[in-house]
Amino acid sequence: MAKTIAQEFKKGLWDEIPPFRLVLGLCPVLAVTTTVENGIGMGLATTFVLVCANMLVSLLRNVIPPKIRVPCFIIIIATFVILVELLMQAFAYGLFLNLGIFIPLIVVNCVVLGRAEAFASKNKFLPSLADGLGIGIGFTLSLGVLGAVRESLGNGTLFDYPVFGPNFQPFEFMVQAPGAFVALGLLLCIMNILGKK
Amino acid sequence: MGDLIVLIISSIFINNIILAQYLGACPFVGTSKKMETAIGMAGAVVFVLTMAGTITWIINTHFLVRLDIQFLRTIAFIMVIASLVQFVEMFLKKSIPSLYAGLGIFLPLITTNCAVMGVCLLNVQNELTFLNAILTSVAYALGFGVALILFAGIRERVNLGRTPGPLKDTSIALVTAGMLAMAFVGFRGMV
Repeated sequence: MAKTIAQEFKKGLWDEIPPFRLVLGLCPVLAVTTTVENGIGMGLATTFVLVCANMLVSLLRNVIPPKIRVPCFIIIIATFVILVELLMQAFAYGLFLNLGIFIPLIVVNCVVLGRAEAFASKNKFLPSLADGLGIGIGFTLSLGVLGAVRESLGNGTLFDYPVFGPNFQPFEFMVQAPGAFVALGLLLCIMNILGKK
Repeated sequence: MGDLIVLIISSIFINNIILAQYLGACPFVGTSKKMETAIGMAGAVVFVLTMAGTITWIINTHFLVRLDIQFLRTIAFIMVIASLVQFVEMFLKKSIPSLYAGLGIFLPLITTNCAVMGVCLLNVQNELTFLNAILTSVAYALGFGVALILFAGIRERVNLGRTPGPLKDTSIALVTAGMLAMAFVGFRGMV
């Protein structure tokens, strides 16, 4: 084993941070980041599914026949997604309503399936756990940052508190669909500039 | 009849699945580098989405609702979609090998295309009738195809020009997608 567990964890925070380094799982990134709160909520839900699915897949990796591995992974992921859906409905109903259709859609989030396929199916339990946690937290951070940019510019608030004072004219473009694409593209550009140093 | 036409037009243009509802963004960015793959992907999605929309509606109404086990919806839908994709894959491999090779990894990835799953869920959530559900699925799939092919065309042109270093590739593609989405916002006044 070349990498330590700490390294597996850390790579999710910068080297392979989704959705910037790994361009996967864009739909929830674009759709729910109209506010910071929604972004972070979505990120945490995805992290939970990612960590649980990674653990289970890595435990079962020698049992699952390679030919039908993808359907097996999807069923494992779907189970945890249903779990999250029911839990959120019970304990975070407001967030559940805000995220709406995007919670069941975690099941088709390429980040989750991608990690199960590319990492957890080939690695032992602890590295897989670290990988899931790292990528999940990276994903949450990205969603939080994008949410902060879009909410502050598009709505003039951050966590529902006004940040720019009363004379600020909200830049409505940012909270609509075109703004989502442009904001993500420009953030990616900033990441590329920072990454070069 | 008029209602149905409004439904189709609004599903293709006004509520475009990618540019207004944010579904299916991964294959939108991933397969739009070349026109040929974009057309192939669009075709595959139209086929899979139409069938998936029809079958999941039947399963939801006749099994899940009747037996009162709607909480299993996610897992039931994803199974239908996964098996359909497997079927399309085997069909293409046998009959159009060049297209199969061109689509590469993105064909199995239709399984994880949020557009397919998303439309199936939306159909059920909005409690559409059977006919409306099929028409909506087809129209959304066509909308996906239109947006993807337009975007691939623009992207081929953009790649010919000189782009500043850090903006290259995915970054400029996303900004372009934003501009395209803005154009689609213009359709809102239509209906």
